[in-house]
Amino acid sequence: MSAHSWIRRGCDVAWCPGCGNHGILKLVGETLAELALDPQRTVLVSGIGQAAKLPQYCNAHYFNGLHGRALPPATAIKASNPGLTVIAESGDGDMYGEGGNHFLHCIRRNPDLTNIVHNNMVYGLTKGQASPTSQRGFVTPLQVGGVILEPFNPLAVAIALGASFVARVYVGQAEHARTVLRAAIRHHGYALVDVLQPCVTFNKHNTYPWFAAHTAPLPEDHDPTDRIQAFARACEEEPLRLGIFYRQEKPVFEEQLAAYAGDRRPLYERRVDLAKLAETMDAMG
Amino acid sequence: MLPAPSSEVNVVLGGEAGHGLQTVGLVLARAAVAGGLHVMVVNEFMSRIRGGSNSTCLRISPQPVRAFSDRVDCCVLFDRDALDRLSGRCTAATLLVGDPEVFGQRPDIQPLPLRELGVRAGGALLANSVVCGFLVRLLGWEMTPLAAALHRTFGEGDILAQNLEAARSGWEAGAADHGRFALPTRPAPTGQRLLLDGSQSVALGALAGGCTFVSSYPMSPATGVLIHLAKQAEAHGLVVEQAEDEISAVNMGLGAWYAGAQALVTTSGGGFDLMAEGMSLCGAIESPLVVHLAQRPGPGTGLPTRTEQGDLEIARYAGHGEFPRAILAPGSPEEAFACTAHAFAMADASQSPVIVLTDQYLLDSLCDLDPLPLPAAPPTARIVATAPDYRRYAPGPDGISPRGIPGHGAGLVCADSDEHDEEGRITEEFEVRTAMVDKRLAKYRPLREELALPPRLHGPADYRRLLIAWGSTGPAIVEALARVPLERTALLHCVQVYPLPASLDQYLRGAERIIVIENNATGQFARLLRGETGCVIADQWLKYNGLPFSVEDIAALLRKEEQR
Repeated sequence: MSAHSWIRRGCDVAWCPGCGNHGILKLVGETLAELALDPQRTVLVSGIGQAAKLPQYCNAHYFNGLHGRALPPATAIKASNPGLTVIAESGDGDMYGEGGNHFLHCIRRNPDLTNIVHNNMVYGLTKGQASPTSQRGFVTPLQVGGVILEPFNPLAVAIALGASFVARVYVGQAEHARTVLRAAIRHHGYALVDVLQPCVTFNKHNTYPWFAAHTAPLPEDHDPTDRIQAFARACEEEPLRLGIFYRQEKPVFEEQLAAYAGDRRPLYERRVDLAKLAETMDAMG
Repeated sequence: MLPAPSSEVNVVLGGEAGHGLQTVGLVLARAAVAGGLHVMVVNEFMSRIRGGSNSTCLRISPQPVRAFSDRVDCCVLFDRDALDRLSGRCTAATLLVGDPEVFGQRPDIQPLPLRELGVRAGGALLANSVVCGFLVRLLGWEMTPLAAALHRTFGEGDILAQNLEAARSGWEAGAADHGRFALPTRPAPTGQRLLLDGSQSVALGALAGGCTFVSSYPMSPATGVLIHLAKQAEAHGLVVEQAEDEISAVNMGLGAWYAGAQALVTTSGGGFDLMAEGMSLCGAIESPLVVHLAQRPGPGTGLPTRTEQGDLEIARYAGHGEFPRAILAPGSPEEAFACTAHAFAMADASQSPVIVLTDQYLLDSLCDLDPLPLPAAPPTARIVATAPDYRRYAPGPDGISPRGIPGHGAGLVCADSDEHDEEGRITEEFEVRTAMVDKRLAKYRPLREELALPPRLHGPADYRRLLIAWGSTGPAIVEALARVPLERTALLHCVQVYPLPASLDQYLRGAERIIVIENNATGQFARLLRGETGCVIADQWLKYNGLPFSVEDIAALLRKEEQR
């Protein structure tokens, strides 16, 4: 445990009373403390939305960018200074909708970062429209006849892409969630943690009791190194399984970059070698 | 005896993609430099991988050549389509050269058995070196400069030997026309002479400016810069990543700057459109950013491999909200290098986006030049080690706060695209909002003044008529003015097109008749000038068919102006 207080006291929190985000903030704060991470070397990167406000309430570096765009700067931050611990977090609409293409390709790149996605199956900040993970039939002010699209299955997609760590937790099971999040941050490579949470204001269907009734831990004999088994379990809809579905060690993006082949220094410590540049110019011309 | 020496020789090579025209152009350009002459190579091509009809134009002269000319002294036709496509540019004085296997015996086409000589030397592809040998003979040269160029291009070994043999056979085939376009070689210059195109110059400028990170999505004509930098990733220790889209590219660039790298993104109009939101984020979080925007004709997909100056306004306006930015438009490889290097210093000093605005013509054209001037010392980013009470957006002179990065110091670096307070936390306080807008916009002053690149006047200081141009059109106008010297007429070439440098006003005040010359249809820079300064613009000379202004285009416009 570190003495650093990861959660800021006394700030004006923009979340509704009872919102699952409060639990996720607590979860993140406690996990970072347990891991005794150096706050000077920890960067939270988020997009826009209610979930994306989490870094505002933390005592850490943050890059609070654009809706859907947390993963590209997070990848670049890690690639520019591999000594930093990078956590990219945002909501389901941000990561799986607006940022869907970045989600796919970030998994392919496999930077060493943790991707926390607050999944409440609804859009909160824009007041109650469907999110990519909303279930079929979910009625909203915009989807007035109910959602007719197939819900996005982030775990199945991530496993299909060969993500190096894929997990789902439920904010209502804090102890389990903390264990998984700790493993995700420690994991060397891209780690997806899909965090189920209720939206107490705009989702009257997927409530605390609903999640309690429709989630269950992965069976004890689940083998997280078995990709086919992981995929099959990720496709199960009833109950929604919780735990680490899949993990594998694979080459990490920033460690394969030519920039670090003979030089471990972060980019900010580097200066152009003018003699070498003169040689480059000669060779080009 | 040789004919009287020419003042310059223009050779056009026409053929389909895949023929290797650009390599022929490069070899001949190297031969010209080895022969102590100056050269410019302009490539124009269709948007396809194979086939189509492309051309490479070489201007060789004892004088420096920096502009595209319509004149064609000799036109080498690699296929039939080239004749149809290039005949409009040829005159009765043009020597047409073609393979009799393709064209048969025609009185208007000088036969050169390209394929046959190539095959005899070792393969059909060697026809390219046959052409080189033939053309060198037409210029009245010995094989020496060409041999040096082939050596430079192919290194040692069998491939070099075959190319030398092919070149020699072409040289011998040209015996009857020895020196037909006599352009005597001269002792090669004592210092080193480089042959660089605009893309290479932008890439070298980025390295000289301290670039350590490049994230981009390929798009013509911006890809060259990305490729040149990718090749340098290990040698110069820079991160180069092909992003999944331009949205990712620009957001990666911003993340990299946040973490202390110096990032470049290179793109063309359509890709830059996708970066608009990222530009706005850049303004909000007050991040430095360098964007290379390589123009090609739009709208839509437009003409992907052609040239235009049609994206000044999107560069000026991309991104919602109000925030400062700068746009630099180089007119030559030297300026492309200097502007790109300066863009890094300017972006870092002003914590704002700086766009280097080039075009296909500048990027794909090659010319000889002195080694580019490197700085005396490596540039250093203005990054501070943070104190425990660090506030990322603390007030500073001209709205510029000391820039910290995570992991360097004792404070927290909080960047926020929401309106924020000095610490970087979300706020909706109206007073803070006003103060933050004022803070950001205050950065315009240094961008106009000490960080600005001033315009350059070519011609008499007591001008009455002032031609104004920006970017790649400059050199053609300078050369045309030398050919058609109008009384009391000067050219003002603007390198920094936004914000207009403070030093611009004095030039406008002295002008009685202002003519703005642009490679677009609506006069985007003229509109900017009028809007920002209220100056009266008497005329606009515009070209927007996808090709650059030639020297002859401008000379004709000058003659018309003279008749007014």
